Amino acid sequence: MNDHLPVIIEFIRGYYAYLFLILLFMTGLYAMTMKRNLMKKIMGMSFIQSATIMFWIVAAYKDGATVTVYDRALGLENPDLYLNPLPHTLMLTAIVVAVVTLGLSFALIVSIYRQYQTLDEPLLLERMQ
Amino acid sequence: MNTSQIPILIPAAFLFASMLIPFAGYISRRLAHVTALLSTGLITYFSVAGLWAVLAEGRISYHLAGWMPPFGIELIMDPLSAFMCTLITGISFIVLIYSGKMVEHETPHKAIAFYTLTMLLLAGLCGMVLTADLFNLYVFLEIAAIAGYALVAIGDKRAPVAAFRYLTLGTLGAAFYLLGVAFIFISTGSLNMGDVSRVLPLLEDSRPVVMGLTLIVLGIGLKMALFPMHAWMPDAYAYASSAATALIAPIGTKVAAYVLFRVMFYVVDPDFLRNDLHLLQIVGYLGAIGVLWGSILAICQKELKLMLAYSSVAQVGYIAVGIGLASPLGFIGAILHALNHACMKACLFFISGSLRMKIGHSTIADMNDSLRKAMPWTSAAFVVAAISMIGLPPTAGFFGKWYLALGAIEQSNWIFLGVLLVSTLLNAVYFFKVLERMYLKPQVAVAPLPSHKPAQDTHDSHNAHDSHEDHDAHSAHDSHEAPHPAAVVARNEPPASILLPTLGLSFSLLVLGLANAWIVTHLIVPMIPDWL
Repeated sequence: MNDHLPVIIEFIRGYYAYLFLILLFMTGLYAMTMKRNLMKKIMGMSFIQSATIMFWIVAAYKDGATVTVYDRALGLENPDLYLNPLPHTLMLTAIVVAVVTLGLSFALIVSIYRQYQTLDEPLLLERMQ
Repeated sequence: MNTSQIPILIPAAFLFASMLIPFAGYISRRLAHVTALLSTGLITYFSVAGLWAVLAEGRISYHLAGWMPPFGIELIMDPLSAFMCTLITGISFIVLIYSGKMVEHETPHKAIAFYTLTMLLLAGLCGMVLTADLFNLYVFLEIAAIAGYALVAIGDKRAPVAAFRYLTLGTLGAAFYLLGVAFIFISTGSLNMGDVSRVLPLLEDSRPVVMGLTLIVLGIGLKMALFPMHAWMPDAYAYASSAATALIAPIGTKVAAYVLFRVMFYVVDPDFLRNDLHLLQIVGYLGAIGVLWGSILAICQKELKLMLAYSSVAQVGYIAVGIGLASPLGFIGAILHALNHACMKACLFFISGSLRMKIGHSTIADMNDSLRKAMPWTSAAFVVAAISMIGLPPTAGFFGKWYLALGAIEQSNWIFLGVLLVSTLLNAVYFFKVLERMYLKPQVAVAPLPSHKPAQDTHDSHNAHDSHEDHDAHSAHDSHEAPHPAAVVARNEPPASILLPTLGLSFSLLVLGLANAWIVTHLIVPMIPDWL
């Protein structure tokens, strides 16, 4: 065990962001499938969307790099000094999409609550009969 | 016309129409319908013109804002995408003719929202088909999906719950897809499909690529309602309004299937998917299970619209079987079945909508031969569509299954062949159950007969689905409700704008069946990818 400990610590140090995102994604998946309350399902859905968006951002992150604008001090020799701007721009679109789905799901929840006076799924299915 | 601009014209014209319709609806609801109809008609013309141009001169590539492909977004019209675009716009044009009266009848106060959302849905679906950029595809997928959730929510009392389930699962599918694209982007550094397909063969052993492809197939499988992920579909189709179901059911899942085609046969080498990842086999066998499972559940249903929704699960399975075969014959079968099923399902959902409009329900147990007397043409259209669904020659449904069966025999895949044969029998069981009642079951003298309901009663402003309970009250005080075994049933056909599209689609099933050789050689063979 003691021999493996440094390797494990190194792994966690290197990948802690991804480990956190996997945890977030799985929590969201659990909330979406297991929770009975529709509101909690939406929270789970939001977790999943955030985890996906942050996955792109984390993957595009480079330690010590700067924005993609030509800087005389840095020069053009080392591309590692500049970030790839594409994932960030793409994720702006994905965030907009996430907000729209969230808004639509709240609208549906309001409509469901007005019809059935509950957001509890088993009770809802009972009242739908 | 200048064909080089067609790829961008199609989604852009739909988006423009979706913004135009609220203004038109401000003047009158009828004008909103006419605007939607005319724009879809115009775009159908664009698609057909694009299809001819593509068949004559090869693919059309459009670079958005003039940026060259690996950096900018590229829209592509090749034989496959032009064909799918024509299918989407053509079917929705017919659905929009049908939906005029149907929307007025079922959800008149939401008519403008319905047409606006329809245009957004079509913009998204056409965009998904035309784009050659993996992230752009996600954006169009979400446009189509969000419009689709809202369209499903316009329906009866249970529709918001069905739409909610559709939304959560659909969003999950889109998130899986986006995560998969992230893995592909990290490994290849490109989002353009052509570029990715050139780089991927060098990277095929890397774990991110495997992970990314699996996630993409998982996400699109959810959108396509592939077997274990089909839970959202039947409820969403059954509780949405008839016009919305007739619009989404024929084309929604087909476009998701198209994305699978695009990714599995054009972006990735199918041999890699078959031999190393076994993704093709997994999709094929899930499809085969879905065919059987959907058919068995369809037999258990007591309501026509729900039965058709479960049968959609089975029909998507056929397309997945075609993908799983991954041979030219399987490809032809799957594409032909996508075309045929779009026509058949639209026709059948038209009929279930007409039944709900005219007799107030579509419960199978309450049907009897008064239906055939009151609505002879609608019943005849149902017969043709049902025979085509079962797959008897010379209707179109037979030929899609024929090519799939040939593909299964060619690879000696006896499981797929057995599934195709058994599912044909199962289809026959559930459609003959309806046909038997429609044509042979005599009217029972005692029960109050719904088919006597006069036409003006059905123009009530409230929902046709809700009128289930109050229709008994209607028929109780109906004047000619005399329980007489030999009662003469008055003709009760739906209005011409509903009947004619129904008849047209059922007739097209015969035409498509007879013209299948021409369709296969001229339209489908040019789109078979080089890798197959």
